[in-house]
Amino acid sequence: MNAFIALVRKDLVLHFSNRRAVLMSVVAPILIAAFFGSLFGASDKGPAQIPVVLTDLDQSELSARIVANLRGDPALRLSEAPIAEAQAQVRAGKQRAAVLLPAGFGAQASKALFGAATKPEVVVFYDPSQAMVLPMVKGLLAQHVMEPVSQSAFSSDSPVVRDMRAQMQQAGKLPDERRQALVSKFDSGARLQALPASASAADAAAAPVATSESAAVGAATPARGGLGIPFSTHDEAAVSELGAQYNSYAHSFAGMGVQFILLMGVDMGVGLLLMRRMGLWKRLRAAPLSKAQLLGSRTASCALIGLLVFAVVYAVAMAFFRVRISGSVPGFVAVLVAFALLTSSFGLMIAALGRTPDATRGLAILATLLMVMLGGAWVPSFIFPPWLQTVSMWMPTHWAVDGLDAMTWRGLPLQAALLPVAAMLGFTLLFSAVALSRFQWEE
Amino acid sequence: MQARTPVLRAEGLKKSYGERAAVIDVSLEVAAGEVLGLLGPNGAGKSTTIAMVCGLTPPDAGRVRVGGTVLAQDEAACKRRIGLVPQDIALFEDLPAQANVELFGALYGLPPAKARRRTTEVLTAVGLADRGRDKPATFSGGMKRRLNIACALVHDPDVLLLDEPTAGVDPQSRNAIFDTLLALKAAGKALVYTTHYMEEVERLADRVVIIDHGRVVAQGTLPELYRTLPMAQKLTLDIDGELEPAWLRALPGVHTVTQTSGRWTLGLDDLAQGTVAVLQALGAAGLAVRHIDSDRADLEDVFLALTGRQLRD
Repeated sequence: MNAFIALVRKDLVLHFSNRRAVLMSVVAPILIAAFFGSLFGASDKGPAQIPVVLTDLDQSELSARIVANLRGDPALRLSEAPIAEAQAQVRAGKQRAAVLLPAGFGAQASKALFGAATKPEVVVFYDPSQAMVLPMVKGLLAQHVMEPVSQSAFSSDSPVVRDMRAQMQQAGKLPDERRQALVSKFDSGARLQALPASASAADAAAAPVATSESAAVGAATPARGGLGIPFSTHDEAAVSELGAQYNSYAHSFAGMGVQFILLMGVDMGVGLLLMRRMGLWKRLRAAPLSKAQLLGSRTASCALIGLLVFAVVYAVAMAFFRVRISGSVPGFVAVLVAFALLTSSFGLMIAALGRTPDATRGLAILATLLMVMLGGAWVPSFIFPPWLQTVSMWMPTHWAVDGLDAMTWRGLPLQAALLPVAAMLGFTLLFSAVALSRFQWEE
Repeated sequence: MQARTPVLRAEGLKKSYGERAAVIDVSLEVAAGEVLGLLGPNGAGKSTTIAMVCGLTPPDAGRVRVGGTVLAQDEAACKRRIGLVPQDIALFEDLPAQANVELFGALYGLPPAKARRRTTEVLTAVGLADRGRDKPATFSGGMKRRLNIACALVHDPDVLLLDEPTAGVDPQSRNAIFDTLLALKAAGKALVYTTHYMEEVERLADRVVIIDHGRVVAQGTLPELYRTLPMAQKLTLDIDGELEPAWLRALPGVHTVTQTSGRWTLGLDDLAQGTVAVLQALGAAGLAVRHIDSDRADLEDVFLALTGRQLRD
């Protein structure tokens, strides 16, 4: 028993003597759990807003009320832009959807409420990588269109109601008694709307806005009874004009490629620490080589391996998962090169900041996983709370995935790669500066 | 030997790490075809001295010349003339032996064809010609040590710095390494051999620098160092009974007294006269001698005489 206890005690002492490993085993689950909890849990600050851009070609009083309603919805972050710009913003991933209210929407929608006219078509351009946003946007759109349209349709001065009342008075097929009852129903509706709002609310349950009968009378050839959504939508995935098609594999290959190449960078950094421990670093320094040659060669080999791994990953993605570089090929290559450089500088920074290989590996993997998940490679960043979306912008992984998405399924031109490339090169410079300032040349 | 022009000369080297002085005013030199033994206990400053000599660590003071070139002024040129065999087995375990050696050839500026030719030569010299395609991970400790030396030889350096190159190897491999080093010496290479094994220095070195607490405490050829001793011979005794070292030291002809694992070692000026005197005194004191042995004085005794401590303390 003594031997057993001694063995257990030895294991405990050894485990807890490595303070960094202990810290890692505690901090990693806490951070990752906090991350996912913040994504899927309730928030005091309300739900994350969906960025939506709207183009109002109608410019009517009704469309203005619709826009105001949408703007007031806490689930949306609405902006307005001309249609071409709105589409471009969705294609670039800056907006989740673009809504186009066509000219004449207000007039047509009121009539279409009763099925009396052709429904106006609202075009919704959406980001196909985040298609789950589409039904949410359409639902909110229906809610915020119905209210002003129905108000407009049933107001006492509504031309629609006026027309229907006149049609009923002239309908020869209806018996007089029935015709009078229907006309008085319209009149009572007008009187009801003239009452104060509180009285209307109290009577709301007992005052249906229309009946199947009235629709049957009012419509020339009503297609169905009751009220209908007074518009139809045309959904269109916002992708490049070059004919790109959304491929979910393109995003997942980008995210996983970024993650595992960064982990390769971690291995390169830890490898340098191992070389130091084995005396190899000392031996290399004894050779007639400059510091630039020693560290530069390490950086170059790491970057080349990163490029090679990405090339193989994308070759498989293209061969078996129909991923295509629908945007700029030079832009795609520039993003890959920038990320490879970023990876190598990250590895160098790990080697500069780390002490022992084992502890450094654990901490570096934790840092990598945090960067990857905060960068939106695991789950799309649009479901992040707003503060986390801001944090995401400071993650180099965000720019890598963003740039690769832009050059693959989004099919964007070279210009769209410039910002991600610049951001990644900025991080590369930052990591390199930290690495060079902290690197220990002597053992 | 001293008259020959030194290939490597270090003058007044000093190095401190914070408050701790690791090397204090160390000077040494070695000529072509000569082996200089750098002897001292662990932590004496040998490895720091080697690190300064081969350009790994800049000295706080002092100067290193390789040939006529000052290391601090043209580090690359000096490094090309030096081969370092580090204390660690510093090899890329997953690269074949041949690739390891060729890599170091490339690092020292050898063209690929020459690097391949030299690789074959040095692998043959260390007895690993038939294992060139195998990875060091499959080698024994002794074979790794020999490959460690081969990597330092591939660029044909004038000076070879060996930092405890036989640590942890079996006697057979040690002999193989010594044969290689003696062949290099015969080929005109200058060797600096760092160790805390005085037997190795006695076997290989033409001259010895003894270093302790960062300072050179003695240097010279082996005969010169032995002449500094007050005794020339050692008498080793197993004695039944309790003894005071002072009592033994007071006996005529006895210069030093040490006790290791119950065995007494006495330093004598004259073995014949001293042995008789010691045995008579022990007999008179009623102490029985169970074992007796004698040997000549060695570097351990030199170190003991100089520092009051044993080399392996």
